Amino acid sequence: MRTLSLTKRLIKQIVRDRRTVALLFIAPLFILWLLSLVFTANDTKTTFDVIGAPAVVLDKLRETGATVAEVSLEAGKERLAAGETDAYLEFALPKVNVVLEGSDPLANRAVMQTVQMAMQALVPTNGVVKQFLDVTYLHGGSTLTMLDYFAPVLIGFFILFFVFLISGVSFLRERTGGTLERMMATPIRRHEIVFGYFFGFGLFAVLQTTWVQWFTLQVLDVNSVGSFGSVLVVNILIATVALSLGTLLSAFARNELQMVQFIPLVILPQIFLSGLFDLRGMPDWVIWLSKAMPLTHGAEALRGIMIRGDSLADIWMPLVILSGYSLFFLALNIAALRKYRKV
Amino acid sequence: MGYDAVVRVEHLTQRFGKRTILHDISLDLQRGEILGLLGPSGAGKTTLVRAIAGIGEYSEGQIAVLGERMPSLRVVQRIGYMGQADALYQDLNGLDNLTFFSDMYGVSKKRRSSRIEEVLELVQLTPDAKRPVHTYSGGMRRRLSLAIALLHEPDILILDEPTVGVDPVLRKNFWTEFRRLQAIGVSLLITTHVMDEAEHCDRLGLIRDGRLIALGKPSELKEQADSQSMEDVFLHFGGVQA
Ligand SMILES: Nc1ncnc2c1ncn2[C@@H]1O[C@H](COP(=O)(O)OP(=O)(O)O)[C@@H](O)[C@H]1O
Ligand SMILES: [Mg+2]
Repeated sequence: MRTLSLTKRLIKQIVRDRRTVALLFIAPLFILWLLSLVFTANDTKTTFDVIGAPAVVLDKLRETGATVAEVSLEAGKERLAAGETDAYLEFALPKVNVVLEGSDPLANRAVMQTVQMAMQALVPTNGVVKQFLDVTYLHGGSTLTMLDYFAPVLIGFFILFFVFLISGVSFLRERTGGTLERMMATPIRRHEIVFGYFFGFGLFAVLQTTWVQWFTLQVLDVNSVGSFGSVLVVNILIATVALSLGTLLSAFARNELQMVQFIPLVILPQIFLSGLFDLRGMPDWVIWLSKAMPLTHGAEALRGIMIRGDSLADIWMPLVILSGYSLFFLALNIAALRKYRKV
Repeated sequence: MGYDAVVRVEHLTQRFGKRTILHDISLDLQRGEILGLLGPSGAGKTTLVRAIAGIGEYSEGQIAVLGERMPSLRVVQRIGYMGQADALYQDLNGLDNLTFFSDMYGVSKKRRSSRIEEVLELVQLTPDAKRPVHTYSGGMRRRLSLAIALLHEPDILILDEPTVGVDPVLRKNFWTEFRRLQAIGVSLLITTHVMDEAEHCDRLGLIRDGRLIALGKPSELKEQADSQSMEDVFLHFGGVQA
């Protein structure tokens, strides 16, 4: 009963704080929308010159939407050096020399993609090779954009970030404002406090997940083949970790600013090492560090569900690890409250 | 009669790190009395009453409240505590604060709203109950804190400097209320650093530098010090002659 009252009070406090509500429900959408603009631009238009290309090839290259000019070798070299183009293609059949400007990896890839697309279109029509390249995908597919790959991790990250920050700060306020101590002068039990926080912020985590996920799938058109409920289960586990870690670390902060200082220390490294970037070939200790981070397992579970369509049973391992972290941190919280009252 | 002590503190010592804040304090609070703890700021009054209220730990000694060793949740239920600093939820209104704490004390749903009305009336906050606490004045916050301490009709009231920042009229009302509670059998432990307030207490403990330097009826203490002013009494027992 006390747990429920505490939960109710937390909900009241959050709801009355308009800015926090906006932070929880609008900020993630804004960030995801910005990212969608950046990541789904897979049809980057490139500009390059061709020298001595056959007419069919030139047509195909133009069909891809690239800006292609037919110039002399001298002009091509000059324009590339001046930064007017991304590359030039010198056709010295049967060889084609591709000279890339090279300083922008995205531009490099765009040029190569354009050339490949044109060639693929060209080869079958020539009737020489029917199946020049046969590419199949186990999961996802050629329509899988960077956003599809990043979205599951990002949804998990938003939960981690916002729940950590907001629960940490509200517990800190409870400490510094003396209300935690005041609560300890009532018959509430230590675990009731921790669970009250768990349910209060758990509710907001559920609402936020549902909302962010709806936006990601429906508005941003991100692919997800897994079940919505499974995603929710993983996100609630991530929220529990974030909540218990936030309230725990709030004991080491004297004010809100010091709470914010934990973000670059414990939250940001998690996003870099959670599998958003390829860690293969990294030193062992980086891999171990990544394995020690809760978000790594959360992200793995979310990608499993959303991209590969895994069921909860398929991802039992990350689920067990996340639950382990949650229970561990929750227990630490209950123990840490002994400082205020022994029973 | 001696067995009517609702609070019994024996040889209480409190250390924070290497500093000893309370030195071997023994005292008791009798049923239905008002015991005042008088001492300058930093003497250790808050540390002492917090230990009695079951908050934090103490290094040595024994505290028994209603015959049970503290901290005990069963006993905490029968204590009303008002801290020196107002511990209120600033972003919520007075009513929300009262509702939350009455739930904490397990006041039944049926009883809750009428009880909240009663205490609001008592501290004259009824018209302001729906305003957020951060818009309250210092005196209003003190009154709300007192209302919270009274919510669950406790047998023992522990009030840490309840009248600090409270205007004279309100202070008088507070004391009238304390007397009324005393009359219905509530035992009160009140700390203060205001000398003239101390005279309202049935018994008075003088605290200096973490030591209980005297304990007795205000009139007795005055007699022993051979003076009519509380200041002189304090100086007398503090070992400093005025
Ligand atoms: N948690 C603590 N850690 C260290 N010192 C403390 C702590 N709480 C109180 N003190 C010290 O104990 C002394 C007595 O404080 P306090 O009980 O608040 O006095 P009073 O209430 O009489 O003004 C002060 O010197 C204060 O600095
Ligand atoms: Mg004090």
